[in-house]
Amino acid sequence: MHEPGERMRVIATYNIKGGVGKTTAAVNLAYLAAQDGLRTLLWDLDPQAAATYMFRVRPRVKGGGKALISGTRSLDDAIKGTDFDRLDILPGDFTYRNMDLQLDGARHRARRLSRLLGPLTGEYDVVILDCPPSVSLVSENVLHAAGLVLVPIIPATLSLRTLDQLTGFVADFDGPRPEVLAFLSMVDRRKRIHREIAGQLPLERPDIAAAAIPALAVIERMAVERAPVSVFAPRSPAARCYRDLWEEVRKRAWG
Amino acid sequence: MGDTVRVVEARSREYVLVEPGPQLPDRVRDELATAFTVDEDRHAARLRRMWLDTFDWRLYRAGLTLQHVSTPGAPRTKEPGELVLTGTGGQRLTAPIQRTRWPVLPGALPPGPLRDRIAAVAGLRALLPVVSVVSQVREVRLCNADDKTIARLWLDGMSFPGPGHAPIPARLAVSEVRGYAAQARRARRILTAAGLAPSRQGPLDAALGAVGRRPGDYTGKVDVTLRPDMPGADAVRAILLQQLDNLEANVDGVLRDADTEFLHDLRIAVRRTRSGLKLLGDVLPGELTLRFASEFRWLGDMTTPLRDLDVHLLSVPPMAAQLVAVDPADLEPFLAYLGRRRTAERRKLGRALRSARFAATVGDWRKALLVPHDARRHGDRRPPAGPAAGELAADRTTRAHARVIKLGSVITGSSPPESLHTLRKRCKEMRYVLEFFASLHDPPVYRAVLGDLKRLQDCLGDFQDSQVQREEIQSLAAAMLAQQAAPAATLLAMGELAAQLGTRQGHARAEFAERFAGFAGPAGRRRMVALTTLNRA
Repeated sequence: MHEPGERMRVIATYNIKGGVGKTTAAVNLAYLAAQDGLRTLLWDLDPQAAATYMFRVRPRVKGGGKALISGTRSLDDAIKGTDFDRLDILPGDFTYRNMDLQLDGARHRARRLSRLLGPLTGEYDVVILDCPPSVSLVSENVLHAAGLVLVPIIPATLSLRTLDQLTGFVADFDGPRPEVLAFLSMVDRRKRIHREIAGQLPLERPDIAAAAIPALAVIERMAVERAPVSVFAPRSPAARCYRDLWEEVRKRAWG
Repeated sequence: MGDTVRVVEARSREYVLVEPGPQLPDRVRDELATAFTVDEDRHAARLRRMWLDTFDWRLYRAGLTLQHVSTPGAPRTKEPGELVLTGTGGQRLTAPIQRTRWPVLPGALPPGPLRDRIAAVAGLRALLPVVSVVSQVREVRLCNADDKTIARLWLDGMSFPGPGHAPIPARLAVSEVRGYAAQARRARRILTAAGLAPSRQGPLDAALGAVGRRPGDYTGKVDVTLRPDMPGADAVRAILLQQLDNLEANVDGVLRDADTEFLHDLRIAVRRTRSGLKLLGDVLPGELTLRFASEFRWLGDMTTPLRDLDVHLLSVPPMAAQLVAVDPADLEPFLAYLGRRRTAERRKLGRALRSARFAATVGDWRKALLVPHDARRHGDRRPPAGPAAGELAADRTTRAHARVIKLGSVITGSSPPESLHTLRKRCKEMRYVLEFFASLHDPPVYRAVLGDLKRLQDCLGDFQDSQVQREEIQSLAAAMLAQQAAPAATLLAMGELAAQLGTRQGHARAEFAERFAGFAGPAGRRRMVALTTLNRA
């Protein structure tokens, strides 16, 4: 699938809201990308550092987010290997809570992250950015850096409204614009509205993935097992759903 | 194979364990457990590792290691295996490979960066299996309090397939996890403190060592170490014995037709032997020189037709690319004709190399070179007659040089081609004498003299090879015509090839005077004097 010398893809998981399955998606997709032979970096941009925790890595970057944003410490220096082949992580750090301020003071404030990722081209085939829930300079940076933005949405009308707002925001970008792909997350099959939306929306809207991630206890167990679902429950429905989602993401990002 | 192949590329220091098999010794595990949680994989992956190189170790000498890694017993169509090329700097290239019957020429490998890198180093030489082992590879994870892997150990228990082989000590490698360099250093310190010795040998050296071999154990070059005060006769025997070793080492490759360079090296060994007999044979018993000179001449003559055809087959494609008046494809019948002739000549040479005459020649020659040497060492205590090696080297090198100067000095623009051919033979003799005694010479002076001579030889070689090839093309054209195997377009293309060769010969001739002046001028002579004076001293 991947040819040496191809350009590095940047994929972001993003939503204004928290608790919608961004981090679990980022962790599982990063794992599946690496399993597919791609050299993968997951950058946990969330000061809560949940993705970092799930890979059992200490949530600390020497010099904090300030050193990374200012360039006094290269991203390369802060990267840690996970327990899995070809999968590295740039850990989250509590100082990332101030990243907006640091970006505000930087040159090219809206494209700083994109520039910081530049030197990693050649070392990784894909970078996955796990973005904190907010509308901020950080998220604007993420949207500029990414070629594909994955938006987990809970099956509800308001979620669609937020997705449309995001799509509109991205459409106003000067220069390259990322593709936005939403996917239904935390789908509860017991709820009729969830079943209906999950059945219809992907058929009606090309910007919503066919694969959906159900609300399952095994996904919540990731925080206990501290590993991607496919590692500790490889035959579970959740692992299959993430695999389906990854297949769609791969097609979108690599064609 | 995935993870297990990683052991092949471990860049870290490796430790040799005394215990056979891929188990972590209890005492080592206990020591590691003081600092880490030690999680040893219960299952060991099995892989077959076959190292490949050219017969003359070109990859090894270039700092490269090539392995064919596969799963023993796996259906090869399901899991075909992988070629893994590693460099001393840790660079690594891989390529999947289907079932392959080695040896193969680099051009037959799957296309890609790995093939390009190998082809640039191996040139015309085929890749042959060097040694094969079955590796049992076990991963040991060293974890911190969060059960995060912060370093890995790879245990590699290599063994030879089949019974009756010496055991190979198991190997243990520490590999770093990115961002956890300090922890890997700590693991190494613990291993060292537990009494494990860092290995100086890579896995290839270890596997070869277990079968009594070492990498680089063949070279087509003269490779004897002489002392200036040793008897000249002993030096000559040592030189000729190495040539006999080389000759015999190449026979199998010639018979199997693995690549063209086996025959090339075999011919060089024969030519060096013949030159040795001619130029140094007087220090050996007279009857030896008499008998074996004619036998090695016979052997040399037997190899010439096949080598000439090899030279054509190798040189025509690049020349064809420069054809202007005709289509290179017109040469196909010519190449096909050469191919048929080659098959016939290969059969003839095969019969000669399997003949009783060949067996008697090499067998008796070895005995003749070995027996008197041993007899004198164990019996006769009188000092050997004849010059010492240093004196012999100086004398014969001076003489060979003088012959080149004498012949070359009288060559003018109107001299016949034969005079340049004769000079080329004398130059080759001088080259061989220089190489025979290389270990006695001062290296910088030796390299300078050799460089002067090589430049002259290149010019003479271009001149003669072009002429010989041109004449051969003409006679091959006549033979093809007689057999009605030559379409007109092919004959025209062959004519253009002959014209190219004529032009090349003309250039070589024009350059001769300058090249010879460089060799025979005052600076060149001074270097020769320096070379031979040191040995006389």
